[in-house]
Amino acid sequence: MIRELTTRLCGSGKFDLLAVRWLSFRIVLPVMLIGLSLTVCGASVAGAAEPVATTSTLMRVLLLQDYNTRVVIFCVAVLGGAAGLVGSFTLLRKRALMGDALSHASLPGLAIAFLVANAISGDGKSLVWLLMGATISGLLGVAVILIIRNQTRLKEDAALGIVLSVFFGAGAALMGIVQSTAGNAAGLEGFIYGKTASMVAADARLIVIASAIVIVGCMLLFKELKLLCFDEGFAGAKGYPVVALDVALMSMVVLVTMVGLQAVGLVLMIALLVIPAAASRFWTESMFRMMVWSALIGISGSIVGAMMSALFPGLPSGAMIVLVCSAFFFVSMMLGRRRGVLIRYFRRLRLNRRIDRQHLLRAMYEQIEHATGDALRSERKFRANRKTPVTVDHLLGMRSWSRRRLTRAIGRAVEDELLRIKGDLCRLTLAGFAEAARLTRQHRMWEMYLIAYAEVATANVDRDADDIEHVLAPEIIDQLEDLLDEQGMTIHVPVSPHEKLQSRTAAKTRGAS
Amino acid sequence: MDNSVISGSIPLAFAWDWAYDSWIVVVGALAAIASTLLGNFLVLRKMSMLGDAITHAVLPGIAVAFYVSQSRSSVAMFVGAVVVGILTALFTEWIRDSGEVDEGASMGVVFTSLFALGLVLLVQTADAVDLDPKCVLYGSIELAPEDRIQLGSWEVPRSVLVLLPVTLVNALFVLVFFKELRLTSFDPALATTMGISSRLMHYALMVLVSVTAVACFESVGSILVVAMFVVPAAAAYMLTDRLGVMIGISVVIAAASAALGHLSAIVVPRWFGYGSTTTSGMIAVSAGGLFLAAAALGPKHGVLVKLVRRQLLSLRILCDDIVAYLFRGEESDREPAGIEDSSAKTLASELFASMWSMKVAVAILRSRGELDVQDDNLMLTEVGRERGKRLVRSHRLWEQYLVDQAGSDTGRIHGQAERFEHFTDRSLRDRLAKQTDGPDRDPHGRPIPDEH
Repeated sequence: MIRELTTRLCGSGKFDLLAVRWLSFRIVLPVMLIGLSLTVCGASVAGAAEPVATTSTLMRVLLLQDYNTRVVIFCVAVLGGAAGLVGSFTLLRKRALMGDALSHASLPGLAIAFLVANAISGDGKSLVWLLMGATISGLLGVAVILIIRNQTRLKEDAALGIVLSVFFGAGAALMGIVQSTAGNAAGLEGFIYGKTASMVAADARLIVIASAIVIVGCMLLFKELKLLCFDEGFAGAKGYPVVALDVALMSMVVLVTMVGLQAVGLVLMIALLVIPAAASRFWTESMFRMMVWSALIGISGSIVGAMMSALFPGLPSGAMIVLVCSAFFFVSMMLGRRRGVLIRYFRRLRLNRRIDRQHLLRAMYEQIEHATGDALRSERKFRANRKTPVTVDHLLGMRSWSRRRLTRAIGRAVEDELLRIKGDLCRLTLAGFAEAARLTRQHRMWEMYLIAYAEVATANVDRDADDIEHVLAPEIIDQLEDLLDEQGMTIHVPVSPHEKLQSRTAAKTRGAS
Repeated sequence: MDNSVISGSIPLAFAWDWAYDSWIVVVGALAAIASTLLGNFLVLRKMSMLGDAITHAVLPGIAVAFYVSQSRSSVAMFVGAVVVGILTALFTEWIRDSGEVDEGASMGVVFTSLFALGLVLLVQTADAVDLDPKCVLYGSIELAPEDRIQLGSWEVPRSVLVLLPVTLVNALFVLVFFKELRLTSFDPALATTMGISSRLMHYALMVLVSVTAVACFESVGSILVVAMFVVPAAAAYMLTDRLGVMIGISVVIAAASAALGHLSAIVVPRWFGYGSTTTSGMIAVSAGGLFLAAAALGPKHGVLVKLVRRQLLSLRILCDDIVAYLFRGEESDREPAGIEDSSAKTLASELFASMWSMKVAVAILRSRGELDVQDDNLMLTEVGRERGKRLVRSHRLWEQYLVDQAGSDTGRIHGQAERFEHFTDRSLRDRLAKQTDGPDRDPHGRPIPDEH
């Protein structure tokens, strides 16, 4: 099957050793590792939990008949969508771990809010106070991150790390104080570890409001935020208020994080901000599509994860959502249409094969030229000479190829009817000869251009031309022709400068005659 | 503050038990130094969040170790945690490399997934034996001195015996591979061409980071690890441009924040009438405070220092501008009060300065005896006139030079000369005069004053 796939993607059925080795390192090894860990996970699941997912529970869950399941699934889906949206922006701004830093930074605000609320109303655990405290200290964290990033020479990651650890440290210290006071502080830490399975309608309302604000904000500021993500300097030069936009974006992240934090917990929140966005990046190069993909992955991952957790006992819903999302990420990373590992691998394979073929054909041409002397350029002998056989050993001497690689390249060229091989002798077909002549011409034109215009020494010119000849677009060839025309250097297939071109004047006289 | 705080046997203003509290400081300092030695390279390689990622990610390692060994043996858990810690670094690298995903994102994907996996595993195994990850996994620095091991005639906390070797190994690693680490951190491509495998160094560093992270959070808690991998190194980075010095400073900061942190955990809450609080939290806060100080006051890169330096420069330039403005006014009329209105207010609007900075500049000039104030009007003294003459001379010589030698357009030279005049000293003026054949008029036809 893999072979069929390569054939379709790369145009030839041969599968070389290098590719196999590459595949095994890049894909098979990690797949095995992940598979191993999943097996361990699965074994323990199978060992501990008896299968209870009978048809009736399956139907109950799938049709959302339980009120509880309905609320949980609805909440996490909305949250997943909103987090996916803002997550795409933070990912492109190289601040994927912003959510991580923010959720840790909320702890001191939480503790202070508890102390204050306790002193004022006696009820330290009122949601409004806690949410407010967490949001304020989260925003403070954002401010510090932005200040460190903009005013000092430290980078994004260090700013995140500093804010995360110092704020969390302060929070832990404040929590130590809170726990020693008279107020009932039990369960306060649960605020940042979440309670996914026991969400109620009030949580749902909060999440829906916050998500709506975030979605509207992303839509309204889409153009500005896009520019901010891709070219901050340009956005500033165009007169956009860069810092204000940055703050707006980060405030949206804070909003989602804080609402999500008390609902689904710290790690799930981080995962929802990072994983869907990172997964969607493999599928598209367009910002808008990436956002849509990311929101969809967030929503579907949350729904599937929550359902799995409802179906099987002993699978915490937060953890299952993360695992489903990371499974989506893994699949996207492998199969993503734009930047997936496989597609990029095949793209490179195809390029390598094209380069190999071009080198092979040019080597053939040069060998034929070598065998028949200079006569090749006369139109009359054109057809006769193309049948001059070249041995594989001769070709092998032309490049630092292994015999295996050369044999494969020849095999592929034979399949495409550019070459015919009989025993040890290769012959060009008509199509192959035309292609070889075209390639050689390109190569030599580029060499002459480099000598004439870039003043590269003749001895070095071959390697430089070698790198670029494969990517010369037809328009550039046209331009080269024009340029070399002015110098009087165009030739049908120019002679290799290494043999004939002594000086530019020599070329000029030949071109003129 | 009540008197019970000062217990009789201790000659300090707060409760400090030498046998107990100094061990806490030692343990904290060891953990901090071990982490920060490697943290320097994490900060330089833009991987500061790795400590945080590893402390979250090790959960499945613990769970599997527990599941396999069926005991709470700390050795098995340690090994399990270290293995998963290394896997975290490997997976992060793999996703970053083959998926072309940004470092932070790949870290986020890996550690949240591993944490979730660990959570599922723990819930599954929880039926067999109660295993609270927070108790088993994350030690607490306050409890560190309690768990002691007899070593000869000495009783030493177990965590010291764990952390000391780790610290020594890290120090040795940094010392022995200093050149390689420096090169691979700053210029991996150059390192590769010089035959140093930057990949190998990377993985060696990752292994040590995992071991250090696990050893530290197992004995002193996770907050300390995450903070110490980043904060002291970042603070040191604000203070110096040399890697060796940076590592030295960061070690000092790490140790200082351990001592300061424990002290403030005891002292600070009492100011507000509360009991003492967690030490590791306060160590992180102290490190944050030291970072703040370094970031604000660092001699070269400090934010405040840069701000003050900029303010001083702009004040000096404003002083120059005031003196030159008054000098030009005197010159045009050749009378003591050449300009009709030379009040500070007019000058401020002429020189685009705020009233506040104008006042400061005038005060500076008066204290140096270069300026007199007579019923609201500013007047140059003799000293001030000399300074004005020097400035105007520099300005006009530059204009002459720009036209003569640099071939500039007469219309555009004023702005450039306006900038150069503040940074031109006597010897440069003399050379300018020599280059332009000692002119007595500038391109605009105004006289160039002499100086002697």
